[in-house]
Amino acid sequence: MSTTAELLKGAAELFPGEVVTQAHVRHFDLPLGAGRFALITLDNGHDHTKPTTLGPQSLANIDAAIDQVEKEAADGEIVGVGVTGKPFIFAVGADLKGVELLKRHEDALAIGKGGHDVFKRLAKLAVPTFAYYNGAAMGGGVEIGLHCTYRTVSAALPAFSLPEVFLGLVPGWGGCTLLPNLIGAEKAVSVIIENSLNQNRQLKGKQVYELGIADALFEGADFLEQSLIWTASVLKGEITVERPAVDRGEAWDQAVAKGRFVADSKVHGAAPAAYRALDIIAAAKDGDLQKGYDAEDQALADLIMGGELRAGIYAFNLVQKRGKRPAGAPDKNLARPVTKVGVVGAGLMASQLALLFLRRLEVPVVLTDIDQERIDKGVGYVHAEIDKLLGKGRINQDKANRLKALVTGVLDKAEGFADADFIIEAVFEEMGVKQQVFAEVEAVAPAHAILATNTSSLSVTEMASKLRHPERVVGFHFFNPVAVLPLLEIVRGEKTDDASLATAFGVAKKLKKTAVLVKDAPAFVVNRILTRFMGEIQNVIDEGTPVEVAEKAVEPLGLPMSPLVLLELVGPAIGLHVSETLNRAFPDRFTVSPNLKAVVEAGKRGFYVYDSGKPELDPEVAALLKQGDTVLTEEQVRDRVLDAVAQEIGLMLDEGVVAEAQDIDLCLITGAGWPFHLGGITPYLDREGVSERVTGKRFLEPGVASVPA
Amino acid sequence: MPRTVRDVVFVDGVRTPFGKAGPKGIYHETRADDLVVKAIRELLRRNPGLDPKKIDEVAIAATTQIGDQGLTIGRTAGILAGLPQSVPGYSIDRMCAGALTAVTTVAGSVAFGAYDVAIAGGVEHMGRHPMGEGVDPNPRFVSEKLVDESALFMGMTAENLHDRYPSITKQRADEYAVRSQEKAAKAYANGKIQADLVPISVRRTSPEAGETGWGLVTADEPMRPGTTLENLAGLKTPFRVHGRVTAGNAAGLNDGATASVIASEDFARENGLPVKMRLVSYSFAGVEPEVMGYGPIPATEKALAQAGLSISDIGLFEINEAFAVQVLAFLEHYGIADDDARVNQYGGAIAFGHPLASSGVRLMTQLARQFEEQPHVRYGLTTMCVGFGMGATVIWENPHFEGDK
Repeated sequence: MSTTAELLKGAAELFPGEVVTQAHVRHFDLPLGAGRFALITLDNGHDHTKPTTLGPQSLANIDAAIDQVEKEAADGEIVGVGVTGKPFIFAVGADLKGVELLKRHEDALAIGKGGHDVFKRLAKLAVPTFAYYNGAAMGGGVEIGLHCTYRTVSAALPAFSLPEVFLGLVPGWGGCTLLPNLIGAEKAVSVIIENSLNQNRQLKGKQVYELGIADALFEGADFLEQSLIWTASVLKGEITVERPAVDRGEAWDQAVAKGRFVADSKVHGAAPAAYRALDIIAAAKDGDLQKGYDAEDQALADLIMGGELRAGIYAFNLVQKRGKRPAGAPDKNLARPVTKVGVVGAGLMASQLALLFLRRLEVPVVLTDIDQERIDKGVGYVHAEIDKLLGKGRINQDKANRLKALVTGVLDKAEGFADADFIIEAVFEEMGVKQQVFAEVEAVAPAHAILATNTSSLSVTEMASKLRHPERVVGFHFFNPVAVLPLLEIVRGEKTDDASLATAFGVAKKLKKTAVLVKDAPAFVVNRILTRFMGEIQNVIDEGTPVEVAEKAVEPLGLPMSPLVLLELVGPAIGLHVSETLNRAFPDRFTVSPNLKAVVEAGKRGFYVYDSGKPELDPEVAALLKQGDTVLTEEQVRDRVLDAVAQEIGLMLDEGVVAEAQDIDLCLITGAGWPFHLGGITPYLDREGVSERVTGKRFLEPGVASVPA
Repeated sequence: MPRTVRDVVFVDGVRTPFGKAGPKGIYHETRADDLVVKAIRELLRRNPGLDPKKIDEVAIAATTQIGDQGLTIGRTAGILAGLPQSVPGYSIDRMCAGALTAVTTVAGSVAFGAYDVAIAGGVEHMGRHPMGEGVDPNPRFVSEKLVDESALFMGMTAENLHDRYPSITKQRADEYAVRSQEKAAKAYANGKIQADLVPISVRRTSPEAGETGWGLVTADEPMRPGTTLENLAGLKTPFRVHGRVTAGNAAGLNDGATASVIASEDFARENGLPVKMRLVSYSFAGVEPEVMGYGPIPATEKALAQAGLSISDIGLFEINEAFAVQVLAFLEHYGIADDDARVNQYGGAIAFGHPLASSGVRLMTQLARQFEEQPHVRYGLTTMCVGFGMGATVIWENPHFEGDK
């Protein structure tokens, strides 16, 4: 047995649950009399809903296939070797489940080396090698192709990426080294760094070709046939593949520098993966492949054994799996059909909700408000947004006509809601007003209609308490901007019944939102944590720490924006309102900052001015601030803030606000944009020892979002 | 409104390699619609002068129009092939003469002026859709003796044709079959066939049939080069005890697809498209269903009469070899020798296979090649027998004809 085979055998023993990919070798004559060809098909034996992945046994199978074609190539029996995938899938990279199981640095090193050792053999065959990217290709799947002499890509390929940095890894089976050497550092940085850090943006087949990753592009209908005819032409010398020379001068360094700038702006140095990848790309400039591969192995092993990757995989699984099967949701068969939606209120939030329901449910949506002018404005907003979609080509004229015809506004709730199945209110955030609205709606709506509230902090139970049928009231809390943030907190009031809740989850799914079941507790999940977080920042500022120190203190977390910039986005007045609500509920932990109050009373919309292009403390705000004389260091601020967050999460779990810590993290990722490398927040709090310091225990068992014990 | 009948031409034709139906066949895991889609796409690639937007019709034949051969495959294949949505399509069925009828039907529309250019072809995946799948013959056929009970079994109709022509012995049929294999092998060796084949990628997941994974098919699977009379002599006669029809002197059960471009001659010339054959006449005829193999004879009589030609004017014949006896009956009727050099120069369905509704265009594609090589020939014909007692004949003129020399 070769060393590679032994290495992979050892790795395979650590991962007994691997979905094993076969590497089928099939021989045939190429067209044009170009000779005998061996085509390797990567196929895990499942249909496209279970994409082909590359665990250690799969790599061993590829290794064995290469044993076969290597001999045939050496013996002159074949003129070339190709690699392709099963229908719709090329290969989507390493099997993350296997990575999660790794406990030791040397095992992690073996994974990287195993992949390299197998793939490198493709480049060393006695005949040219061809990758045919027929379908989804990610990570290690992309990298197999990079080791081949030539590549073709299908115009129908929907997703192509090196997503490792997104997850907390580096493209470590040759990607970091080969890609810049193939297409230049600038384009490689855009694929490896920028796309990964932009919500794991995927390339389409045409872009793969235009970037120069593939040498030829063919349409999906006869992609493999045309690829093989092209192969025959290349082998016969009728087609010469020419690739632009890679600029190994200053452009290379500039590209890496740009990559660092992008990484800084996204993760603020908080997650190591992008920087490790950039280091390898920088070193690849001299074209020494083996040196690059060694650096990839080392980076992979370090990252696999580090917390960010485990948190990244955990976060990925939360969004992909738990986000799609909400914990605690009732049997979906209990859900009632929703064939008409009512929206109470025609303000901006209500209009945005109307637009969302309209686009996703494609049922009649009726807006009501207190006067015709507001209603006209609300309907006008929806129509204008539909026109924008039409203008951008996102919908066609027929669809625009259909959507416009579906949205109406009426003054009389009885007329509008008599046959509505789902009525959501988005009126002023005050209990009395909301109770009044629900009473009016109940008087005219059908008995089965769901009454949903978009309240961000009021009690759903109390809101329902004066109704004849409180069992049909559900909290349906969206996050701004409604069209962008995926999270929907679905709140079960004390009397909410299963059918109503199931209907709410059914609607959430059709809205394509990530629904999380939340108990009726003050400010639910995201706002409660964010307010506690912000409150602690406010506290240290109020006590005397300079604003910039407080802001910088949490930079190492790599949040999407600084606390005060977030406050500006939310609106200081709303922030103040939520803090007041929570202060009433939990006065011992939630404070109301007098400085924030002053800023709001002064009518300021934020703390910063941007005259210089960068945020600078607004002198008018500075003049309003009254600070104490306790000045903390960044580290002290960070500890206080994280301690507060950990304490709050611990209490929320004790109160049963959500089923598990996983739901807290899912909420923070999808509702507040907290980064994958933090895993939301609880993996980070565990990793940094904050949880144990504050609550006496971890939030997650070791191995859930960390290296297993 | 005054009308002028327009000349109709065969611009180009291609086909997939033909496969053997069944679990070990090359196309066992390939959809029928994908086969015809790939043929259409090859036509478009070969004829860049043909603007897809100008295609007026896609007529695709299939005998069993269900599953991947259903859903109005002419329309769906057009969309799947990437034709503009403005190009319409329909399905057509005349069993074995499906593709031939697709050609004549669109040709009629071109002549009439309804179309300038159309795609006509056929597909039959007899592995996925065995003959007789889902049929429900009216019981009156039997109760009122409208047809003989053997009419639905093509092999039995071939035995019946042997009865009608007692001089056509099994020996003659086998000799014909051996020649068909020889001619086909020679045509392959001379590269006459491959140029009009579309390579097809095929997947195999079951190892019983050979290497698994994706492969590429570039040649007909049914071919049996080197077949001898001795090989054939011992084969069973499954349709009749002591019969004459065997798997060796008949076409098999096959999978495949064909497609062609049919246009007005003016359109072809204006768009720089090749003119490979000019349509002279076409005709269909019915005969007793139980001797359906006799069909080409009356169909040819009619087509010749329409064209004002006699059989002696025909310089090349492409006769579908559903059964050797059916070709031999035709030749015997017209007094043509079994081994006449004008007949099936490249061999026929006995060697290549006969995926029912696709075969008509294969005959035309081969005749077109022969026309090009033999400019001394002015007329040729393509003819085939059709289930339930029919024959179909198309007479073509060679545009390369250089006059009698």
